[in-house]
Amino acid sequence: MADLTLRVNGSEKKVSVSPETPLLWVLRDTLELTGTKFGCGAGLCGACTVHVDGNPIRSCSTPVSQVTGKSVTTIEGLGANGLHVLQQAWIAEEVPQCGYCQTGQIMSAAALLAKTPRPTDEQITQAMNGNLCRCGTYERIRKAIHRAAGLPGENGGAR
Amino acid sequence: MSPLSRREFVTAGVAAGAGLVIGFYLPHGTSSSSKEFFSPNAYLRLTPDNKVTIVVARSEMGQGVRTALPMILAEELEADWKQIEIEQAGASTLYGDQTTGGSASIRTTWDPMRQAGATAREMLISAAALTWGVPRSTCTAENSHIKHAATNRSLSYGELVSKAATLPIPPSVTLKQSKDYKIVGQRLPRVDSPAKVKGEAVFGIDFRLPGMKFAVLSRCPTIGGKVSSFDDRESKKISGVSYVGKIGDSAVAVVADSVWGAMEGRRVLNVTWDDGPNKDLNTAAASASLKQAASKKGASLYSAGDPTKSGGRHISAEYALPFMAHAPMEPGNCTAHYQGAKCELWAPTQVPQDCRDSVATAIGLDSDQVKVNVTLMGGGFGRRLEHDYAVEAALVSKTINAPVKVIWTREDDMRFSPYRPASLHQLNATLDGSGFPVVLSHRIIAPSISGQKGQPTPNNVDPDLPDEAGPVYGLPNYAIEYVMSDSPVPLGWMRSVYALQAAFALESFIDELATAAGKDPLQYRLHLLEKDQDLQYFTTTWKTARMRGVLQLAAEKSGWDKPLPPGHYRGVACFGCFASYMAEVVEITMEKDEPRVHRVVAAVDCGQVINPSILEQQIQGGIVYGLANALRAKITIEKGRVVQGNFDDYAPLRMGETPVVEVYAVPSTEVPTGIGEPSVPPIAPALCNAIYAATKKRIRALPILS
Repeated sequence: MADLTLRVNGSEKKVSVSPETPLLWVLRDTLELTGTKFGCGAGLCGACTVHVDGNPIRSCSTPVSQVTGKSVTTIEGLGANGLHVLQQAWIAEEVPQCGYCQTGQIMSAAALLAKTPRPTDEQITQAMNGNLCRCGTYERIRKAIHRAAGLPGENGGAR
Repeated sequence: MSPLSRREFVTAGVAAGAGLVIGFYLPHGTSSSSKEFFSPNAYLRLTPDNKVTIVVARSEMGQGVRTALPMILAEELEADWKQIEIEQAGASTLYGDQTTGGSASIRTTWDPMRQAGATAREMLISAAALTWGVPRSTCTAENSHIKHAATNRSLSYGELVSKAATLPIPPSVTLKQSKDYKIVGQRLPRVDSPAKVKGEAVFGIDFRLPGMKFAVLSRCPTIGGKVSSFDDRESKKISGVSYVGKIGDSAVAVVADSVWGAMEGRRVLNVTWDDGPNKDLNTAAASASLKQAASKKGASLYSAGDPTKSGGRHISAEYALPFMAHAPMEPGNCTAHYQGAKCELWAPTQVPQDCRDSVATAIGLDSDQVKVNVTLMGGGFGRRLEHDYAVEAALVSKTINAPVKVIWTREDDMRFSPYRPASLHQLNATLDGSGFPVVLSHRIIAPSISGQKGQPTPNNVDPDLPDEAGPVYGLPNYAIEYVMSDSPVPLGWMRSVYALQAAFALESFIDELATAAGKDPLQYRLHLLEKDQDLQYFTTTWKTARMRGVLQLAAEKSGWDKPLPPGHYRGVACFGCFASYMAEVVEITMEKDEPRVHRVVAAVDCGQVINPSILEQQIQGGIVYGLANALRAKITIEKGRVVQGNFDDYAPLRMGETPVVEVYAVPSTEVPTGIGEPSVPPIAPALCNAIYAATKKRIRALPILS
């Protein structure tokens, strides 16, 4: 066990866990941020995607000790001032079916738009190909990303 | 446990056109006696604050029931959709069979939901008429208000609640005509989307109780094996692990105060297994047993004319399909809180009533001592028609006398689930001088899912086949037979169930016949459907006109007659199941001997469409699911153990492989029929037929990329 300080969604959180615990389980069980999902435990499905210093990572395969001193953003912190444009676009395009993978999908898409505000289809596929959806919502995900890219973002850009 | 499979009961109820009205209406006076709310039946509660609460007695697993079922009731109620609140029913005795499966939620509740809404509407009209002292016939219901046009008066439903609650329930009501629909048929947004995109939706895995423990189970990796002994010394050294012990004969549970602690405890647990009778079982043996069973006499599913008639050009082919896994995104889980004389569960389940009954049996309570709450589900696809997670959670909770959540890992899901049965298909045809079949026979050789679960299989017919393996074409001499084989591999109902196998074999074979006849495969099918015929199959009547309709629509929208770019090829298939008709045209290129699917045009006739956006979701989703089945899905067994473990060796479709899917529905006011599953079966044969068009190679065994 180790006492660690994390920065999650802009707040400092002190946790007492074994340092090799995957970030996913610290988020879900210790901090009760259950919007981040467990799908495969092996970095294969993307359901557990969160941002660490703005980069999308698989929290199921990232020991919590690797993110101390870094900034973690989860789906709960994505739209700090209301819904993020991607969340709005996801609703407008009626993307979710079961919805289980969608928070991870949105986190991957948000990381994409942050770096590539107007992504091509190819760039979308490249950024999203690691996120599985068994309900088959990919086509609407693509549409929602394009829609979000065309909307003004919170900071005046397409973020 | 119910002696009759709930799925079977649903099927029987639908087939008989009976609907499920048993236990539908609450006795008047029980819930309506209050002045605080008006609840003329168990599906509906109106309160003075103008809230309209609609109870959904089916499980939401992504297919949109929490939106679509209330739309049906709200339509008849003339309710303001913005005032609707949704309440999820747990296991109950009020709603008949609550199984969510067999693409049946809409078709089994279409009547009860309409009746529920219309009854309340008529009672609200009566309440307003009495209030105003005017004839009922001068009052109209609109947008959650009753209006009296002549005097320009209006009362909201909330204002009428206390009066309506005192009125007798009318014995019969008139239902609206489809031309007057304002809600049904609209692309209304799903009620569950906002919570799902914010991460606020509570799936089974997210539900928490104070003081709750987490458990993972170590299960015998060999099918049918047992725990011989275990050594938990290392497990107990893991921080947070509070209990290790046997659960049933074939598993050891590791309980901890976190999921990760339980997983780590299991990782170092040392179990010695008794492998049992299947330690030499492998995929080849399972295939051989299908071959052996093929020599048995089958049960007739369908017979027209004289299928033994001979003379003409004879063509035959065999098709084979493997075991497949559902692999929903949310791994199995269930939360249970055993408290002596009662047990409460929070279950992501398609069968709340089966969970209740199985749990009661397992922990020695009566069914009415077990309460099952239904959570959201991260996909179902039939996997959550099983009760295993719920029973495990209840047993662990009883053992440790504390609330507990049992969680399965992805590897657990892949290796300890029931699977879509492997099957073998023997097709025979005799062609006339023009190349059309005079005789066609299809023998389906597969184990029975229900039979394996100890449920009845009257006349040696699996009870699912009547919904899933019907005739498509009006041929003069046509037989469909079923040979029930055995399988030690656990079997489950997976999205579209036997229809996937039946359609792959039949629609690939029809393509082979068209090729043999030198005819266009679409025109060939249309020719076989050109006469209007009613094909009686168990209690379903398949209409060739409706099948022809979807084929023509798919042909038109895909531009079947128009040339394709160089290197592009098309394939077509059609099939009917769960009372709906479906045709799909697939467009591909071949890249390094592998197909790349660019576009799928899907045409459906499912009667009245409730919500076109949800319909499109279901069809797009079914096609993506079906493409993964066709291309790669294969569970194999070595030394009695399932080989595949995660999404690397059992790989679903990813965005980069997903085609554009265009969805077209035949405009219809017929009774709505199934939509969750019918898009799955035609995609594999349509794809294989496109591959044949491209390569002249016929694929007779799935998966394509094996």
